[in-house]
Amino acid sequence: MSILVNKDTKLIVQGITGKTGQFHTEQCIKYGTNVVGGVTPGRGGTEILGVPVFDTVEQAMAATGANASCIFVPPPFAADAILECIDAEMALAICITEGIPVMDMLKVRRVLDGQKGTRLIGPNCPGVITPDECKIGIMPGHIHKKGRIGVVSKSGTLTYEAVGQLTALGIGQSTAVGVGGDPIAGTDFIDILEMFEKDPDTDAIILIGEIGGNAEELAAAWIKDNFTKPVAGFIAGRTAPPGKRMGHAGAIISGGKGTADAKIAALEEAGVKVAPTPSDMGTTLASLLK
Amino acid sequence: MNIHEYQAKELYRKYGIPVPQGIPCMSPEEAVEAAKKLIADTGSEVVVVKAQIHAGGRGKAGGVKVCKGIEAATAAAHDIFGKVLVTPQTGPEGKKVQRLLVEQGLAIKSELYLALVVDRETKKVAIMASTEGGMDIEEVAHNTPEKIHMVYFHADAGLQDHHVRKLSYALGLTKTESKNFHKLIVNLAKLFVAEDCSIAEVNPLILTKDEQVLALDAKVNFDGNAEFRHQAYWESVRDLSEEAPTETEAAEAGLSYIQLDGNIGCLVNGAGLAMSTMDTIKHFGGEPANFLDVGGGASQESVTKAFKIILQSDAVQGIFVNIFGGIMRCDVIANGVVAASKELGLTVPLVVRLAGTNVEQGKEILNNSGLRIVAADTMAEGAQKIVELAKGA
Repeated sequence: MSILVNKDTKLIVQGITGKTGQFHTEQCIKYGTNVVGGVTPGRGGTEILGVPVFDTVEQAMAATGANASCIFVPPPFAADAILECIDAEMALAICITEGIPVMDMLKVRRVLDGQKGTRLIGPNCPGVITPDECKIGIMPGHIHKKGRIGVVSKSGTLTYEAVGQLTALGIGQSTAVGVGGDPIAGTDFIDILEMFEKDPDTDAIILIGEIGGNAEELAAAWIKDNFTKPVAGFIAGRTAPPGKRMGHAGAIISGGKGTADAKIAALEEAGVKVAPTPSDMGTTLASLLK
Repeated sequence: MNIHEYQAKELYRKYGIPVPQGIPCMSPEEAVEAAKKLIADTGSEVVVVKAQIHAGGRGKAGGVKVCKGIEAATAAAHDIFGKVLVTPQTGPEGKKVQRLLVEQGLAIKSELYLALVVDRETKKVAIMASTEGGMDIEEVAHNTPEKIHMVYFHADAGLQDHHVRKLSYALGLTKTESKNFHKLIVNLAKLFVAEDCSIAEVNPLILTKDEQVLALDAKVNFDGNAEFRHQAYWESVRDLSEEAPTETEAAEAGLSYIQLDGNIGCLVNGAGLAMSTMDTIKHFGGEPANFLDVGGGASQESVTKAFKIILQSDAVQGIFVNIFGGIMRCDVIANGVVAASKELGLTVPLVVRLAGTNVEQGKEILNNSGLRIVAADTMAEGAQKIVELAKGA
């Protein structure tokens, strides 16, 4: 078992004919992901990478039975692409696109919260991978190893860092999820924590947060009351200056809120073992398994 | 993106939000003419000369002067223009005043605080209001949280009357003030959503003795991601002299760069990894000179550009390259590092940590380059090494 994606996932890619979409679709296919089609308006009826292209998500689902979509649509059109998935009741939408205006995401999130058909992961995220079964997104597949540790993170490269350390220690992963670094995302830490709690094949998790907002504090409170498995944590941005946006749109300390120290304190209070440096994420998790 | 107060007020006017009569000026001479005109138009001797810089705290730093009569206004205009203002938001180097706003003086009854921001927790737009205007609002929130009043509205549904009523009651407004406040805040909420703001702050919002409600100050920040919707307008209000030149240069090259106070330059892929690289350097006793995320699709050219930007700072005594190659291949990065080092004649110590895709090829390229590059296998090891080497440099 695992969460979100597995060997039964049938994927379409929105924006499959774009340069980025095409490149990463090819990587996903190579990894073994069951890519059944793509969507690019105006390109319906053609074929790319051996899979059919459709004009709309609805058509793609009807023809292929797809149950997940990966979105590589440019920022001005990305919110529409997500809303198209919701209207088509696509079970899982994973949006990789970085740079969607926050006003667009406020609207998307309101629609999302009013329905149950679609789960959105991202935007501005690396995607989701269940090792040896299904890779959706832009993460390097070869660093992963099948196993029983869950990873959830706001940051792409820090997820790779954590996964790489685990694999080097011989510890495999059940599923690794990037929820993205934007202020408004489709899925928050707690949603993923709930899934890992219920997953019988996840024994422990690594949670990777960063400065800005209070998702880590909310996650910490939830862990304290509800999560029964060991958690290792890391928070990026301990030394970031206030008022400066550190790359991710969401990574900013404003009004004295969203500091790394407050997040680390909240996690530790909830019994999470926080790694002192990002190089210690793997060993910190390993120490919890003994 | 940030704009000046006078530009924000022009935008407010466009949306029907009352602001004082005022004239933006590019020189002290223009400011004197503006003061004359305002005195003639309003029949009042009182004008306010305000420094226009992209930072708050101008009043305390001597950047805002209330003047009675043209002589006082002339003196204030010459005093403030060209002055370097140091406020908590400018950093120690301060900001030079190159634009002024001259406004009519008003008979103020009281000063309120009003701000709109995107609230991540409720996924709505939050409006924050307080009777404690003109103060440092963070201090008010900390010391007297009961004096901060909040309402939240859905961006697509818009601000509703009951939200406004709640704030009017909380602020203790009179009937006429409430009516005027209603119009102002409904329009400000429209502006906030339509113009893709991340912050719209009015501090102070004033009540005049004749029960008018006006935005005496105006701060607007735009969400940079929405540039494609507002290209022409944003270009017209952008003041590049207010932005750090290296940060602008980096942004143009697709790099995310923020200058810091330390001596160890960092070149990293990914925002989270870049932040944690800074944290790790600090953990081992060093001070990062910058935040730099080369992004996911960095090329040899962008790595070279990143090196150039890092080395523009004289403070840099060592560089730490930390790359977790996912889609970005380590051999590409290694070639970029070697090319940049040769081209720029790198004289400071360089530590490179490569991991991920094609890491062996990458290491080989660095080893065979003939350059004095120190290799590291982990982020911690690399950070430790560069901190040591920078001390000796």
